[in-house]
Amino acid sequence: MMLALIRKDLQIEFRTKETLAALLLLGLLTLVVLSFAFDPTSELRVEAAPGALWVAVIFAGVLGLNRSFLAERENECLQGLLLCPVDRGSIYLAKAVGNFLFMMLAQLVIVPIFIFFFNLPVSFGLAGVFLCLALGLLGFAAVGTLFAAISVRTRAREVMLPLLLLPLTVPIFIAGVKVTAPLLAGKPLGDVAPWLNMMVGFDVIFLVVGWLVFEYAVEE
Amino acid sequence: MPGTVVETRELGRRFAGVAALRALDLTVGAGEAVAVFGPNGAGKSTLLRLLATLLRPSTGTLRLFERPISDGGAAARRRIGFLSHQSFLYPDLTPTENLEFYARMFGVINLTQRVRTLIERVGLAGWAHRPVRTLSRGLEQRCALARALVHEPQLLMLDEPFTGLDVDASAMLTAMLQEAHANGTTLLMTTHDMARGFEVCRRAVILTRGRLIWDGHIGETQLIEFEQTYLASVHAAEAARA
Repeated sequence: MMLALIRKDLQIEFRTKETLAALLLLGLLTLVVLSFAFDPTSELRVEAAPGALWVAVIFAGVLGLNRSFLAERENECLQGLLLCPVDRGSIYLAKAVGNFLFMMLAQLVIVPIFIFFFNLPVSFGLAGVFLCLALGLLGFAAVGTLFAAISVRTRAREVMLPLLLLPLTVPIFIAGVKVTAPLLAGKPLGDVAPWLNMMVGFDVIFLVVGWLVFEYAVEE
Repeated sequence: MPGTVVETRELGRRFAGVAALRALDLTVGAGEAVAVFGPNGAGKSTLLRLLATLLRPSTGTLRLFERPISDGGAAARRRIGFLSHQSFLYPDLTPTENLEFYARMFGVINLTQRVRTLIERVGLAGWAHRPVRTLSRGLEQRCALARALVHEPQLLMLDEPFTGLDVDASAMLTAMLQEAHANGTTLLMTTHDMARGFEVCRRAVILTRGRLIWDGHIGETQLIEFEQTYLASVHAAEAARA
């Protein structure tokens, strides 16, 4: 049933392309603007690159998460979902996985352009960077899905979501930057293991918390 | 199909300290068709949402299909269909895609055949592959009825199902509800349209200000008498609380 829900979200997205388009456009715009702030030959550019990547990820991610429950709002589809014979935690997990997949899909386009604009050597551990992005975005989706479900019913939802979400996800973004920087410098994954472990811990904790409290978040 | 489908004792629900439903005792047997009448704000929709496990009771107990709601209601929801004036349909998906999605969520076996049969039954064959967004209100409500029936529920709850429907669409909906009832489905419907309500239901309850004030059976020729009973009961209840 979780697969049915993920499949439905993907079906709607591939038909409307609203979330992916917004994620890509904002992510790319952020990277382009930040890349022009640094001299192309400067060492500072390489040092600032991890921060720039994660800023683009955050901006695009918030926009995507804001949209994730809008489809459920039209025609009160969320009520239709809540009437299905599944526990509400499963609905949360399916929505979180869907949000994670959308954000990862956007990274498949954003990361190559990030490499190009920041003039980075392509020899660095690309797989490690994607692993780091995956761990960071899973935690971001875990917290963001829960708060998106809460904020979608408020009038100022576009403002409410980042206000609730960003303070809580600061640790995962700090860890993301701390992992990305050595990987871009060509260091092995083993060097950043403590930060990676922290990201895994964050993901597990917030997925479990979201699964447990989602029922109360969507209740009137 | 003997047995009790709905049983509430002292059921109540408050929103931000305001009581929407108070100490309601109601029993609905399998195969019954019950119309719930009452003025705006009487608690009719709250009652249906409580019975559909969309809301948690503030007070009292609720038993569905002779069992208390223990697992959050997931097992009971498998046997419940819910039709509201909101369709619960995804506007960017077609009627077929919407029904297939809900059929998957309810674990319907042989869902392709089931969806095709339902689409034909509600007269949507010509619109089966157009986005719901492009359908008229009447067509969308037909599709919503198919959604509510896709898992062949034993209890069908309808919250103002005739809202916004034209005469033809209302007649079609009435015929489908009569058919579902004839096939043994228990119906519980809120409506302001007494004539439509009694085309499907033979038992009525009246709610006002969250309290059940009348519960009885109606004959086919007693609609006018019932309207007078309704007005007298509601006015008496309002006057008693004034």
